[in-house]
Amino acid sequence: MTLQVLYFAWLRERIGLPREEIETRAQTVAELVAELRTREPRYDAAFADMAAVRVALDQELAGMDAPLAGVREVAFFPPMTGG
Amino acid sequence: MSVRVQREAFDYGRECAGFERAAAASGAGAVVTFCGIVRDLPGGGLRHMEIEHYPGMTERALGAIEAEARQRWALDAALIVHRYGSLAPGETIMMVATAAPHRADAFDAAAFLMDYLKSRAPFWKKETGPEGAAWVAARTEDEAALERWSDAAARRGDGPGGA
Repeated sequence: MTLQVLYFAWLRERIGLPREEIETRAQTVAELVAELRTREPRYDAAFADMAAVRVALDQELAGMDAPLAGVREVAFFPPMTGG
Repeated sequence: MSVRVQREAFDYGRECAGFERAAAASGAGAVVTFCGIVRDLPGGGLRHMEIEHYPGMTERALGAIEAEARQRWALDAALIVHRYGSLAPGETIMMVATAAPHRADAFDAAAFLMDYLKSRAPFWKKETGPEGAAWVAARTEDEAALERWSDAAARRGDGPGGA
């Protein structure tokens, strides 16, 4: 499946790009993260502390064990600091 | 009910006055307004604050939070305005306004909107000061602030979206 993967704040800075298209067979967010971490050290560094990473699937907050079936857009970002 | 996400500065006083007039015309008896301001660093010297957001999700998340507030309280009107981009110390970052028949609903709904948008709307702040630039870390107090609304959510069987 093809996913649009977005990165925000320091995840965007560490990985070095705001979005990319990824072809994957990952079934869950956690599997996608594991796959990304094996790509290059910058991904490994960005996802080293998953307690500091949040994920949204098609713009809705989700858990790391959430399935990716039917999802088009995955976004990774740190805890939000609005207001 | 209205949500605005914008780069441009806005006039808080004018927004409040307009909101109050519209609320009065619709028969509301109470209006509560709040604004957040770019605070200087503890030691001073903040040059600017950059606010990043997730276009699309931001509007959805704020709309969902506002819809939740309307379900919980008898609101005549609500307004959320939140800026992104580069802001200078002292600038207004965001505001919420609520209008209700009585003050308790207006106060509670405004506090709820603030608590939720702090940690459930996709904004991130980066401060640039004398030591360079650093992302603002989320505060555990902000996450804990959501818990005070969870009793009511549990009674009704659900809460606003979010993991």
